[in-house]
Amino acid sequence: MGAEGLAFRAPFAFVTFLVLNQLAPGQDMLHTLMQQALNALQQGSIYALIALGYCLVYGVLLLINFAHGDIFMVGAYVAFFIASMAMGKYGLLPAGIPKWAVLAATVPLTMLLTSGVGVLIERVAYRPLRLKGANRLYVVITALMMGIILEYGNLSILGANRLSFPSLMPRMIFEPFGARITITELSAIVTCFAVFALLQWIVTKTKLGMAMQAVSYDKFAVPLMGIPLDAVIVFTFFLGSSLAGLAGLLYALNFPVLDPFMGAMVGWKAFVAAVVGGIGDIRGAFVGGFLMAFLEVAVVAASDYVPFIKPEMRDLVSFSALLIILTIKPTGIFGKPKTTKI
Amino acid sequence: MKKLLVALLVAALAIPAVAFGADTIKIGFNIPLTGDQPKVGEMSKDAAEMLQEKINGAGGLDVGGKKYKLEFVYVDNEAKPESAVNAALKLIEGDKVLAMVGPQASARAIPAAEIANNNKTVMVSAWSTNPKTTLDRPYVFRACFLDDFQGPVAAKFASGELKAKTAGVLYDVASDYPKGLAEEFKKSFETINGPKSVVAFETFTTKDVDFKAQLTKIIEAKPDVLFVPQYYNEVPLIIKQARDLGYKGPVLGSDSWGSAELMNLCGDDCKGQYFVTHYAAAGAKGATKEFIDAFTAKFKDTPDDVAALTWDATGMVLAAIQKMGALSNDLAKDRTALRDAMSTMRDYAGITGKMSFDGKTGDPVKCAVIVKINDKGEFAFHESVCP
Amino acid sequence: MGTRITVPAALCALLAILVAMTQKDILGQYGVTFLCSMGIYVILSASLNLVNGYMGEFSCGHAGFMAVGAYASSIAGVFLFVPDKVFGHPWLPMSMSIVAFPFILAIGFAAAALAGLVVAIPSFKTRGDYLAVITLAAGYIVKSAIENIEAVGGPRGFMGMSKVVQGMDTIAELPWMLIWIFLSVTFTIWILRRFVYSTYGKGIMAIHQDEIAAEIMSVNTNKMKLIAFMLSSGLAGLAGGLYAYLISFVNPSSFTILRSTECLVMVYLGGMGSLTGSVLSAVAFTIMLEFLKPLEQLKWVVIPLVLILLMQFRPEGIMGNRELSDVFPKLKRFYRFK
Repeated sequence: MGAEGLAFRAPFAFVTFLVLNQLAPGQDMLHTLMQQALNALQQGSIYALIALGYCLVYGVLLLINFAHGDIFMVGAYVAFFIASMAMGKYGLLPAGIPKWAVLAATVPLTMLLTSGVGVLIERVAYRPLRLKGANRLYVVITALMMGIILEYGNLSILGANRLSFPSLMPRMIFEPFGARITITELSAIVTCFAVFALLQWIVTKTKLGMAMQAVSYDKFAVPLMGIPLDAVIVFTFFLGSSLAGLAGLLYALNFPVLDPFMGAMVGWKAFVAAVVGGIGDIRGAFVGGFLMAFLEVAVVAASDYVPFIKPEMRDLVSFSALLIILTIKPTGIFGKPKTTKI
Repeated sequence: MKKLLVALLVAALAIPAVAFGADTIKIGFNIPLTGDQPKVGEMSKDAAEMLQEKINGAGGLDVGGKKYKLEFVYVDNEAKPESAVNAALKLIEGDKVLAMVGPQASARAIPAAEIANNNKTVMVSAWSTNPKTTLDRPYVFRACFLDDFQGPVAAKFASGELKAKTAGVLYDVASDYPKGLAEEFKKSFETINGPKSVVAFETFTTKDVDFKAQLTKIIEAKPDVLFVPQYYNEVPLIIKQARDLGYKGPVLGSDSWGSAELMNLCGDDCKGQYFVTHYAAAGAKGATKEFIDAFTAKFKDTPDDVAALTWDATGMVLAAIQKMGALSNDLAKDRTALRDAMSTMRDYAGITGKMSFDGKTGDPVKCAVIVKINDKGEFAFHESVCP
Repeated sequence: MGTRITVPAALCALLAILVAMTQKDILGQYGVTFLCSMGIYVILSASLNLVNGYMGEFSCGHAGFMAVGAYASSIAGVFLFVPDKVFGHPWLPMSMSIVAFPFILAIGFAAAALAGLVVAIPSFKTRGDYLAVITLAAGYIVKSAIENIEAVGGPRGFMGMSKVVQGMDTIAELPWMLIWIFLSVTFTIWILRRFVYSTYGKGIMAIHQDEIAAEIMSVNTNKMKLIAFMLSSGLAGLAGGLYAYLISFVNPSSFTILRSTECLVMVYLGGMGSLTGSVLSAVAFTIMLEFLKPLEQLKWVVIPLVLILLMQFRPEGIMGNRELSDVFPKLKRFYRFK
């Protein structure tokens, strides 16, 4: 079993272990472990969704879209406005629409509008540079700056007051094995797995998906084969940004306080997750997201038992893990080493 | 040609005359209009503007029989320490203000206070509770209580009225204010209830939103009360997650809960909780109520503690100026005289309470207010705790 | 004869003029602080240009090295001269502060260079985007680590440096920080110029063009990268130390990704591979920041927008990779670069 295999199976093994040991003595400790595992799963789904977006764009353009975390933030805000509008806050629609309908409408609209933002950024900022054949460095800088513009643009337009996302789901709590999980958290986890399965199907079984894989192999041969390169790239951004929008909505449902800088840290962690998993392979992004979340929760949970670790070292540990993995296996867990022709 | 020269000469002489002619008192405001906490800056500016209007509307500030118009200069410190230092320099050197109000948050107040002190200019921070701001700085004052007073107040309330024998604390270790306050609380709580009565002392860093891992540990330890000295954007998330994870006990807060934004973001989760603060809007009487009504009428927003404290801090500076008796035209002399007047201020009747300076430190002896968030979501006065 | 002494003489004259202006109160404290921050930005911009411009890498963690230098210099200064709760009694009397200050700055330089070494090692195996990731992570790690160290105050920040500066004032009433920053800027530019036009510099530029070919041509790429990194981060540490003493207060939140972004903007604005360019852009940037102050938050929309437009329409920046003497050949009469 290679590193990939182990990493993929580790979270599931952990949970299985917990299930099998349910009847063992030390119930409290077990409940805590179970609870922490659920916490990690929920956080991991958000990271995974965003990491998938990074991965898709990198696979196709070899570009780290540093603005992706802020597209996630835009998604959350878009969801906020759609939901508020649907609930009658701005007088455009009658109040009293049932919450499940609001949610049902918000999900596709958010994904659509957020992907619009992503596609717009590609069209306006990245494409001219790509067509000019500019050094990749310039595109990366543009991406970094685009992210900052999104953050501060939001701050200037909407002000710094934090927005409270309306609660669209009932307050139902499930209690698997003594731990507690709300329905919003559960829906985040389920959605993430479903989306990953869908994405896997798109990338391997549909024409567009295979075109995306082709572009990541050889960008220059693709137009020669009659595949419209620009359309594939637009589709990739569309897909990646709508995933970020979905992640934004799920995040807002779970953590209903929005501020313009929410995308910065989450985006970074997701990016680290994608790199650790092996950027360029969507399985890597998926697994990386959960790995990051488990690592973070482990740091907090273990701070009582391990002397030097404290919960605030969460970020420190995550980034250090990144450095270590990059030193040992620079292409990440699922990544394949690339050869360069001289 | 000669006429032109004469005209220019007259104009050149007239300009300084014009500048000195209007008797004005300049006060500078070093506040975060942009950055992480713009609400703080906004509230400070609103309160100051209201005060300026009130005084100038009555003809100006009466100092020793002469009326002076108030001129307030606002400089943005962007919620960053080095910008706060630049802003302080600009106000002190560039605008030549008589005194400076702000910065409000300790992280900015501490470095700016150094500059103010070095330049022998009076600085009053309305909201900074960190002891370092005024330590060893004769020119720096504050208008609020300190964290080493607030912690014990919270601990006593928790042990007394909330009848808590054990406590859990969740705080942001990367920020001065929550860290200091959490430690003070722990110290006093354990003095009252015995060592290890603080059964969970969990931390996170600024901008974290997921506290479930820490809360799981806290709830496991079964505390009677949860102390959360955090800001209005973190508290709603913390309480919601705690409730989701099964915590049913009370949550106790500190003066950072005092913003009007709290209930917008928190909703029903916060109702019924208590927190320690500087003043309570609902149920206020007398001068405090007048202030709140006037503020709400003018700005359509209930003033939070920063607004009230800024009103008091500026009011104190003005009262000290009046106490000076007369203003000479020598700025350095005036600033030193102002400092002396401030340090001997006794029983200034502020809307957040009576304030006195003992001449030794810039920290006023002040009472704290315990506020309960009632079922209507208002901050209702519960009790006053004095040292 | 004239060509060799002109530049140092001109610099001494400039310094003397600046000091005189402060003594006569033509240049107030605000103006001095403005010039000082300009100087610090020049050092940051020029040092980052070494790695991002000449070497063509993409390092985004400059603020982290600045932080390391700032804290190291601050701790050294307080340790030696100021009675402090954590560090105890001062070892040296205040009268030695002027003599010791260069050593304090050197400690900051060395600490940051060491940090650069630590970051450079994983970067050997990676290039391009991965280096960006590593340096970004390094920046966050430094900030996070400092926040966790109680002894230096953690997030509360560290103070006490003003007493050292005041100590220098008691010896002679001069604008010491202005003098030190001026000297440091001169030192930075001089050392970078010497580096770039030496064999090391040529090696760096070779790595920029084609690393593998350079390796084959017997350029020791690992050693070159290491030295360039260490020099760049050391200078950033120098800037950090000066910054710490300028505002007499350091705390981790001054060294975030926004600071690194500022450095990036300056480098790409000035032109990758141009020392003059990085100096000019630092000056322009400081002035721009001052003028954009009324815009408040929009400032941070304008600055990235400037960079994006720059990338689109003039990616080589103001100067490209030319130096001042390329633009104004007549200047070659006064000094020689080579």
